[in-house]
Amino acid sequence: MFDFLIQGFGVALTPLNLGLAFLGALLGTLFGALPGIGPINGIAILMPLAYTLGLPAESSLILLAGIYTGSEYGGRMSSILLNVPGDAGAVMTTLDGHPLAKKGLAGPALGLSAVSSFIGATVAILGLTLFAPLLAIVAVKFGPAEFFALMIFAFASMSAMMGKDPLKTLIGAVLGVLISTVGVDSGTGVLRFTFDMPELYDGIDFVVMIIGLFAVSEILLMLEHAFRHDQDGEMAPIGRVMVKMSEVLYCKWAILRSSVIGFVIGVLPGTGASVASAVAYTTEKRISDHDNSFGTGNMRGLAAPEAANNASAAGSFVPMLTLGIPGSGTTAILLGALMLYNINPGPMMFREQPMVVGGLIASLYIGNVMLLLLNLPLAGVFARVLQVPRWLLVPSVAILAFVGVYQLHSDLMAIYLMLVIGVFGYLLRKFGFSLAPVVLGFVLGGLMEENLRRALSISGGDLAILWQSGLSIGLWIAAAAVAFIPLFAGRLKARFLPGRTA
Amino acid sequence: MPKSSSLRRWLAAAVAGGALLAGAVQAQAKPPECIAPAKPGGGYDLTCRLAANGLQEAKLIDEPMLVTYMPGGIGAVAYNHVTGVRNDDPNLIVAASTGAALNLALKKFGAKQSVDDVRWLGALGVDYGAVVVRNDAPWQNLDELMQALKKNPSSVVIGAGGTIGSQDWMKAALMAKSASIDPRKLRYVSFEGGGEALAALLGEHIQVFTGDLAELKPQLDSGEVRILAALAEERQGGPYADIPTAKEQGYDVEWPIWRGYYMGPKVSDEAYQAWVERLRELSQTESFAKLREGRGLFPMSKFGDDFDQYVKQQVAGFSQLAKEVGLTQ
Repeated sequence: MFDFLIQGFGVALTPLNLGLAFLGALLGTLFGALPGIGPINGIAILMPLAYTLGLPAESSLILLAGIYTGSEYGGRMSSILLNVPGDAGAVMTTLDGHPLAKKGLAGPALGLSAVSSFIGATVAILGLTLFAPLLAIVAVKFGPAEFFALMIFAFASMSAMMGKDPLKTLIGAVLGVLISTVGVDSGTGVLRFTFDMPELYDGIDFVVMIIGLFAVSEILLMLEHAFRHDQDGEMAPIGRVMVKMSEVLYCKWAILRSSVIGFVIGVLPGTGASVASAVAYTTEKRISDHDNSFGTGNMRGLAAPEAANNASAAGSFVPMLTLGIPGSGTTAILLGALMLYNINPGPMMFREQPMVVGGLIASLYIGNVMLLLLNLPLAGVFARVLQVPRWLLVPSVAILAFVGVYQLHSDLMAIYLMLVIGVFGYLLRKFGFSLAPVVLGFVLGGLMEENLRRALSISGGDLAILWQSGLSIGLWIAAAAVAFIPLFAGRLKARFLPGRTA
Repeated sequence: MPKSSSLRRWLAAAVAGGALLAGAVQAQAKPPECIAPAKPGGGYDLTCRLAANGLQEAKLIDEPMLVTYMPGGIGAVAYNHVTGVRNDDPNLIVAASTGAALNLALKKFGAKQSVDDVRWLGALGVDYGAVVVRNDAPWQNLDELMQALKKNPSSVVIGAGGTIGSQDWMKAALMAKSASIDPRKLRYVSFEGGGEALAALLGEHIQVFTGDLAELKPQLDSGEVRILAALAEERQGGPYADIPTAKEQGYDVEWPIWRGYYMGPKVSDEAYQAWVERLRELSQTESFAKLREGRGLFPMSKFGDDFDQYVKQQVAGFSQLAKEVGLTQ
């Protein structure tokens, strides 16, 4: 049954392919680490190159898959070090990763997240190897109604993040949802909030949103500090650089739970690393945040989203390899890459192209080990980046991001938009809003609206479709549970354990 | 102040030198460039790569062709850019498709932009619309499906990868119109791209998918889907030989999705003709045929005035159609 995998290791272990897997891992880490160049752009840039070099199909797929998985590793770096997410899946990583860096634990944070990434990816690759065809059947059962219920669940989980100021979290999420409505309406083709600017027809680009919201606002904050001659001494000196075994063990259940969550969400076509890491983080906060320290540098709060985003990257290969349907934006491009070689991914691929499928899966195993070996020692090196003064570091990263975004849009409008969003982000931060709910509202809101409307067009306007299948009923119950149980739990605790709360 | 004046002289020299240098660079022939009016990785990207790789392999260009991305407004940003800013660049071509013609007809590229504002260069390949159902669907041929729709247009859930007014919706609307069904009565669900729509078909959330023929090859091979009709003028060869056209089943609908290019309005006739010849020559090489098939495209050769006429006719037809189905007044 696993002939294709043995054959695959034969393919992946040739010197050329090992070298390419390493190159992909390295480049991917870099692409992920630089905000503005995510896996999608990295692959799009290198795909034609791989083709022009005349690499055989399995070799170039190994290279491109290495970039994809590598960038999920790299995305965490600027999240932890700069509080600027390196890519879509790394937004949640800022929440506990950056506070850890502020405490002088940048090295251990990078190390721990590398280990969580490794475990997340390994769990998902095992899942891919063992259950791919089976999972594919379940994945397509997820229709618009089920996706809508999943988004409701994700929003309900967000209430877990409402720690200090529930109202501000809510307002932030609503602002995000509002921003997601800009652009051509996905159902009717009507233009919404585009003000006759064609640049806004496609909506606001995720990268533009992230760089503006996080990086530009960070620079504005720094300018303000400089102007008032504040001490920008929020960074503790770098302490030890290696993560301790006890820290990894402290997070083991968080990592394993999040790996499974990430994999399952990755398998669903249409949702990716950003949704996976958000659900994993909020779930983990519910389960293991006993002392309310998530968001202030809790190691589990860092490990959970990192395990989940890597797991979802590997999970999104399932629908691509078994159904020919991309599970994420990045696998959509990989699908295009395969078609360049006259290979049509789909149900027949396991039979017709075992070399390619086996080689790819084998290279995911190998690439994952390489990424761990690459990222563990590098954690210490990258932690030193923090010794560069922030007034130099953050603007440099922002400039790189600006260049990247301009290169992709060939249009200044994207840059202006980024600046406007930056001012918006600055104001939000001045008023004490957290940025993560805004981004989550932006990502989840768009998906929620689209799927609600799809479901209703399928049913002809009958709302009952939203809770007709077992899957969606389960998700509704889960959503209600995460939203309301804490309320009751608080009250019950107050009633039965008055001594503890008082 | 001798110091500052000498500094000024140096600065002036530097500026002049810089300007000269810039001028020289400007005068030098720039490498050929293809704008993909979308983000990397989509159909427009592939269209540009088709020209870039093909021309390079056939040695029809001296320097590698640059592919740049200009996403925004489903192609509107690039259209405005080429009609306004780089309207005379002899080295610049822009990827386009049936979708661009449709958007022009629907005035989605801006109220002032028209099909006459650019120079249509040629098309290198084409795919065709297809009406697809799951292999366990009750309809064995197009007629059975159309009869069901006639009886009750909202009894069948149709889905595809575009909004109302998009290409995918147009396929469904045209099918309805050919059987005298009001397209507005269809139950149409729009997804984000054909992949998601196909997943919804396989997961039994929708019953009919109006997709593209070549795109469906993997699912066709595995027997998971049945293609009721190809929206082409005639049957295609190879693996598609058994798929009847809509026309031969009595429904006169064609939906070719061509992949081609345009240039700025002020490009000289000379430069325009040179590109026309380049593309024509490319389409006749054997290596290109392989490349084209790799992208899942059927042959199409329309270049120069021939193509220009074709696109203009198509846009006029779409405008008419949009009025009939109630998309525009």
